[in-house]
Amino acid sequence: MTVVQSRAATDNWRTRLGRFEWKASPYLYVAPFFLLFAVVGLFPLLYTMYIATRQYNTLTGDSGVAICGATCGAGGADASIWANFQWVLHQHSFWIALRNSFSIFLLSTVPQMILALFLAWVLNANLKARTFWRMGVLLPYVVAPSAAGIIFSQIFSDKMGVINVALSAIGLQPIMWHASAFWSHVAIATIVNFRWTGYNSLILLAAMQAIPDDVMEAAVVDGAGKWRTFWSVTLPMLRPTLIFVIITSTIGGLQIFDEPQMFHNGTSGYGGPNGQYLTLSLYLWDMGFNKVTIGQPNLGRAAAVAWLLFLIIVAIAVLNFFLTQWLAAGSHAKTDRARLAEYRDRQRREYESAKRAGLDARQRAARERSRMDAAAAPQAGAQAGARAEGRAS
Amino acid sequence: MSGQPRNAGRRNELSGAALSQLYGAGVGRAATRTRRRKALAMTSEGRRAGAGTYIVLVVTILLFLVPLYVAVSIASQDSSATQYGVQALIPGGGLWRNLVRAFGAIRFWQALGGTFFVATVVSLSTVFFSTLAGYSFSKLRFRGRGVLFLIVIGTMTIPQQLSVVPLYIMANKAGLFGSLWAVVIPGLVSAFGVFWMTQYLRDALPYELIEAARVDGCSMFRTFLSVAMPAARPAAAMLFLFTFIAQWTNYFWPMLILGPNKNSMLTVAAAALKGAYFTDYTVVMAGVCLTTAPLLLLFFFAGKQLVSGIMAGAVKG
Repeated sequence: MTVVQSRAATDNWRTRLGRFEWKASPYLYVAPFFLLFAVVGLFPLLYTMYIATRQYNTLTGDSGVAICGATCGAGGADASIWANFQWVLHQHSFWIALRNSFSIFLLSTVPQMILALFLAWVLNANLKARTFWRMGVLLPYVVAPSAAGIIFSQIFSDKMGVINVALSAIGLQPIMWHASAFWSHVAIATIVNFRWTGYNSLILLAAMQAIPDDVMEAAVVDGAGKWRTFWSVTLPMLRPTLIFVIITSTIGGLQIFDEPQMFHNGTSGYGGPNGQYLTLSLYLWDMGFNKVTIGQPNLGRAAAVAWLLFLIIVAIAVLNFFLTQWLAAGSHAKTDRARLAEYRDRQRREYESAKRAGLDARQRAARERSRMDAAAAPQAGAQAGARAEGRAS
Repeated sequence: MSGQPRNAGRRNELSGAALSQLYGAGVGRAATRTRRRKALAMTSEGRRAGAGTYIVLVVTILLFLVPLYVAVSIASQDSSATQYGVQALIPGGGLWRNLVRAFGAIRFWQALGGTFFVATVVSLSTVFFSTLAGYSFSKLRFRGRGVLFLIVIGTMTIPQQLSVVPLYIMANKAGLFGSLWAVVIPGLVSAFGVFWMTQYLRDALPYELIEAARVDGCSMFRTFLSVAMPAARPAAAMLFLFTFIAQWTNYFWPMLILGPNKNSMLTVAAAALKGAYFTDYTVVMAGVCLTTAPLLLLFFFAGKQLVSGIMAGAVKG
């Protein structure tokens, strides 16, 4: 009695546990991600918003609502939650950093996309040892950006860098890769391109290979040349991938830090003596963590810079999305779809006509065969009889 | 014979199959072959790779190797006097000496161990939690699944810089300033990883397998361990590799939070070496070589997987 009861109880308990597991499992499995994300992602996000409104010294901590100070002129002494933003927007360095970030971002993204497209197109051939070439273009990916920054800071050295020595050797003026704002941006963009061109070309290569053959064939049958096929078929078909690649490089490009910091020839650089290559991230770091001599490190202002950076990235990502959509030509894709439908239609008609022709031919052949069969019937019958006998024996 | 010119135009339009039915197998085959050759001159598998293609690729890869060569070459100079200009491009005999100096200056084993620890722990944790969540998102039905997955995708776009300031304060308050754990903890989960595993498991794991395991009496977690984990292995390996490399090359956050313990990770150690020896780049470059070599070694063995991982991700993403 008690045994039966207890067994029933365990069974009941077991099924209930089973049902609970069944119901709760999906949540339990996603829980670790969301819990950890809440701690290291979501909370910091909200916390940044809070800190951005505070007067927060890195060394001494929170000391009330932010104050802009003399920079904002009259009313600067009043505490306000916008004070840090106002202060940052009043800084000349901030605007310089914004300009530099944009310049480096454009100089790295645009040529990089063109090169990656070209490289993908080159790789998209019937190559021997194809994995070797693909690995070859990916090699720079495993070089840390900070390490690449150190190496390129030497290659692009103003006085005795390899490139300037080569330029002088062929009688050209050396380029001030560090002192000039524009050329330092070119040099830093080169570091970025070094690491990411091959990587992006592999992404684009995969997308190119995913283009269905009949689309290509349609273009070829319509008499499109190599260039035309690339421009009017391949490129529009790559649009989703291009958008993805461009948005990722936007997010990465505007946050650039390692390369410009390491590009400085010296102890700890923050963007060159005149801020030639001071980027927004460098500015953020300098503001919150590095400013020990000039003024004081101010995490509130750094947080304000972080938020401004985030808003800029979102804006650019959205802009990028529309720009890419417009650039890779929605109209192209539409005409291609129409053309593809036309091509399929023609194929179907062809098939129909061939089928009819084939039917005619087959009927003719059948008539012919029956006539011949009729003539050869006695012979065939004798042969068949002989075969049957042979099998029986 | 006389019908030939009239039919020639038609032949170009008809497909190979149609032609072989009309004019016989030989004509059809020939037409198919010509057409395929023409079409393949541009399509995926077959654009014939001429000498030009190979030249472009060789030049590209050589260009990619130039910076690495320059690093080794500068690191091999006998004295810091020859570290600039043309001489720097001619390898000297000081490579070993400089490597030894850099080796001691960055306390290589400590830095290597630290980086290895961070990259391994972060990658393992990311892969495990991503597979778990990816399995749930792709194969289990529950209230709020769509919304939660949208949140995951949304969090992928948040830049790292946005959370640097509060993380710095939090790590300080938790007494983790200068500790490797401060580098590890923010990386334990990744939204990208969850997205990646969800996408993969959606196609790679048939519902029948899960049902079979359930019918056999496996608990939910047991089903995950013995059905979902093995099915996820290829994508999990890719995710591990990419997370590992991302952590290995990470610089910004470790540099901030490690503070004075600059020798506990390779990237930070190399940067610190640059600060300390900025007059003698032979040592700095030797340090760069030392810190880059482990990943180059990894690339030598896992490069193929990296290539296919990037290409698989591109098609899915």
